Amino acid sequence: MTTVISPRREQPAEEASRRTVRRPRRRQTRRAWLGIAYASPTAVMVALFFLVPLVLVGWMSLHKWPLLAPPTFNAPDNFADIGDNELVRSATWFTVKYTVVITVLLFAVSLGLALLVQHRRPGVGFFRTAFFLPMAVGFASASLLFLGLLSDEIGPISDLLRAVGLVDGYVSWTSGSANSALGSAVVLVLWRFAGFNMLILLTGLQAIPPEIYEAARVDGASRWQTFRRITLPLLRPTIALVLTLMVTGSLLAFDQFWILTRGGPDNSTTSLVMVIYREAFIRLDLGSAAGISVVLLGVLIVFNVIQLGVLRRRSS
Amino acid sequence: MNRSRIGYSVTGAALAILFLFPLLWSGWASVRTGSGFGLENYDRLFTSDNGVRPHHVINSLVVSALTVGGTLFVATLGGYAFGRFRFPGRDLLFLVTLAILMVPYATILIALYVLLGWLGLEDTLIGLSLVLIMFQLPFSIFMMRNSFEAVPRELEESAQMDGCASVGTLVRIMLPAVKPGLITVGLFAFLTSWSEFFAPLILLNSTDKFTTTLAVVNMRTASHGSIDYAALEAGVVFMAVPCLILFAFMQRSYVRGFTSGAIKG
Repeated sequence: MTTVISPRREQPAEEASRRTVRRPRRRQTRRAWLGIAYASPTAVMVALFFLVPLVLVGWMSLHKWPLLAPPTFNAPDNFADIGDNELVRSATWFTVKYTVVITVLLFAVSLGLALLVQHRRPGVGFFRTAFFLPMAVGFASASLLFLGLLSDEIGPISDLLRAVGLVDGYVSWTSGSANSALGSAVVLVLWRFAGFNMLILLTGLQAIPPEIYEAARVDGASRWQTFRRITLPLLRPTIALVLTLMVTGSLLAFDQFWILTRGGPDNSTTSLVMVIYREAFIRLDLGSAAGISVVLLGVLIVFNVIQLGVLRRRSS
Repeated sequence: MNRSRIGYSVTGAALAILFLFPLLWSGWASVRTGSGFGLENYDRLFTSDNGVRPHHVINSLVVSALTVGGTLFVATLGGYAFGRFRFPGRDLLFLVTLAILMVPYATILIALYVLLGWLGLEDTLIGLSLVLIMFQLPFSIFMMRNSFEAVPRELEESAQMDGCASVGTLVRIMLPAVKPGLITVGLFAFLTSWSEFFAPLILLNSTDKFTTTLAVVNMRTASHGSIDYAALEAGVVFMAVPCLILFAFMQRSYVRGFTSGAIKG
């Protein structure tokens, strides 16, 4: 689909009437140059701040690259060290666990919300806005909000649960135990992102022609049958997209754990990106951080390419 | 039928309360003091040792202004080029721009940190803004290309007949026609740059360069011992109010741009 100016394609016309064609052709060349001029800021930004860093992160991963001293070549030490790093191993395991939990729960909640508000009914606009509104709060701010909300000092949650007798004494949700710390982050992410994913699923739901539902109703299909046989299959491309976004986002989790749980207790909620940060700016070893980045990048690209392939095959 | 209607209303209302509750609670907690209600928490937010200083707010405004301005500039010219011109390498450049979405930025920020150092832009608001502009480009270029493609060709051609130069056509004829796209792109760039945390955390080192988000988070992470939760909630409200106001005014174009960008990007 490349639309490169090719003089050869215009040749028949040119032979037919050389005089009249020459001017539009020159105009076309002029327009091509204009287009290049207009696209040049984009090209410079993309090359300098995307392509160069992409190559650079690979280059850095082959070096011992201290924050404050000149780099020296040491490949493949950075990659070999990844396997020996106890924290990397526990962070990988934790990040995968978190990704599975979030993807399953967030998808279920988002789809439920989307199904709830898919038809025009009284109050539907208000519901949609209410579900989507957390998205207007920055994620770091949302993490701080939940830090207070879940705290025993000023948060109402612990008081509420004590009042109904579910817990007693001092409770620390965000740092008390590994499970409650993970649970806190999961609740935060569900609150913040369910509305966003609901919105994407909603556009997919609304793209299903109403006639198909009408036909199913005439044929006497039950609600569950309609959902299983019509909604889910036709929603598949949108579902694939939402799942990709969720998995990618979860594998790169940082803000929620950095702010809410500080990676604790005992590094039990330390994610991979937190390890990258720690290698680079606390242990001051940029090469090692780049090595982990490259591996994570490779996994994500492979994952995205597979997803894209699935997405394309199913939508065609 | 009637029963499902009631079920829908009750479920919807309960969930809406659940989603709105944290927002309302943070507003309430930020004005609650030991003895009643007042602005003491905000006072501590701006005066305590690790607190937010006026220059942090100014830094945030500068970064947001640079990011919004830069994104609009690059994305308008780029969107015009992709939507209306044919030139060698056009499709390749467009694909590479969209590929920024495929490469999650946490993985290249270490390299960007080194690169900005080479360019003499380490620990500067301009360097941070350039990085934020780059991360905005896939969505913005996509949005602006679609906007320019939707403008009728006759409009542009008649302007050129009248002897309008190309830049003149763009500024006087095309820009008013793509205003909704510009609003979405600008709003999106503001919301992201105003609340971004990870990029400033990596790219800014000195506390006097901190953005407001960094400064507020710093109140939590730099505190040894007890955390001043009430002042934190004041910080959350301070950060969220501009976003919520903008969102309320422009919800329609925001949501529309959001979905179209998310679906096809």
